Amino acid sequence: MSYYFTILSPTDTPIFNIAFGTSKGGGDGIARFRFPDTAQYMNQFIIHSSLDIVEEAQWTNGGMYLKHVDTYPPAAAYISAFLTPSGARFLLLHQPPQLPSGNASLGSSSLLGASGSTTRTSSSSVAANPTSPQTEEAVRQFMNEIYESYVKSAMSPFYKQGMEIRSPVFRSKVTAAGKKWL
Amino acid sequence: MAAPRHSAMLSISNASTPQSTSSDKTQVQQPQSPAGTSGLRVPSNRKTIYDRHLNRSRNAELSRASFAYLFGEMVSYAQRRVTGIQDLEKRLNEQGYPLGLRLLDLLFYRATSTSSSALSSSSTSSSPPNRPLRILTLLHLIHGPLWRLLFQRSADALEHSVSPDTPNEYMITDNEPLVNTYISVPREMSMLNCAAFVAGIIEGVCDGCGFEAKVSAHNQPTEMWPSRTVFLVRFGDSVMEREKVLERAGVK
Repeated sequence: MSYYFTILSPTDTPIFNIAFGTSKGGGDGIARFRFPDTAQYMNQFIIHSSLDIVEEAQWTNGGMYLKHVDTYPPAAAYISAFLTPSGARFLLLHQPPQLPSGNASLGSSSLLGASGSTTRTSSSSVAANPTSPQTEEAVRQFMNEIYESYVKSAMSPFYKQGMEIRSPVFRSKVTAAGKKWL
Repeated sequence: MAAPRHSAMLSISNASTPQSTSSDKTQVQQPQSPAGTSGLRVPSNRKTIYDRHLNRSRNAELSRASFAYLFGEMVSYAQRRVTGIQDLEKRLNEQGYPLGLRLLDLLFYRATSTSSSALSSSSTSSSPPNRPLRILTLLHLIHGPLWRLLFQRSADALEHSVSPDTPNEYMITDNEPLVNTYISVPREMSMLNCAAFVAGIIEGVCDGCGFEAKVSAHNQPTEMWPSRTVFLVRFGDSVMEREKVLERAGVK
């Protein structure tokens, strides 16, 4: 499983982004997207295109964690969103690894079938099924942990809303949360 | 360049806290990566803002004297180079606005991190509070939780404009605003209300939640409450339009 996480300010400025891979189930924490290294901008395309859906869901669902909001089948990319009350958006793109596998029972949802994506055989792994309740829960925990760090950044008197978060400590906090939950 | 600075840092941390050799070793290694790569300055006790707990000051109170002093300084700072009362109120408003944006996040963070939800008296479960989607929930959030966070009590009244011309106007009343307790406004500036600062905070909260609004503070003294202040919240057209759509959709 590979992840691309980004934070967007209320005015759609990207203020933080990071790519990482899963550390669960023997993962080494390195992102391996299906695009070649020269096409990493695809992640940004896909994740930003989900903003329309996020903005629609934002006014029907009052929760902060909006769960899985969008899927981009050609790349088997799943996008989960978290909204802070002050309007910042946390978006997480997750892409399951491309493994040849005959186990179709796990990918029971039509989205999975259409995308032709394959799933790992171990159903307990978060990476196995991007829309399972376990994954939703793990992403929720991940988002909540980042939210805490984000609030701490936002409370700093030297931080203005919409500014890029450059702190290496923040980055390491995100990496640690990714290791812990995803 | 990096080496002497590093050693200086190490000596500071050594001097302030005597450590065992094992923890010393970790101290040597940790500052190196952030300080070396980006020039980040780490406090000598190695606690960055990310290591501090946001709930620690939850029930801590500030002395009124220091608050009054600070706020007095803010008012006199805002008073420099202003052209009139409106300009002064605008400046106070602008000082409050970023505070409102921050308080909003802090309010929700504290409500989610504690099981006993302090945010809303109506929600009894420990589930995280919802973002306000409708005007009324937003105003209740301001009237209750926000006011309690700021002043340790709820606001005194929440009213909707009765005039059919201005359905976008709401009023939040505070009988005795804390910010005005130690301020006596000169006669020639009788229109001034320094609670414009609080109005700015409210505006920040409304804007942060996606409710574009203009908020102003007005003196409305009564015999019993001489410093009674009304905060007039005027929502923008886009908010009123969305409100109608959400009402039809049955969103609460």
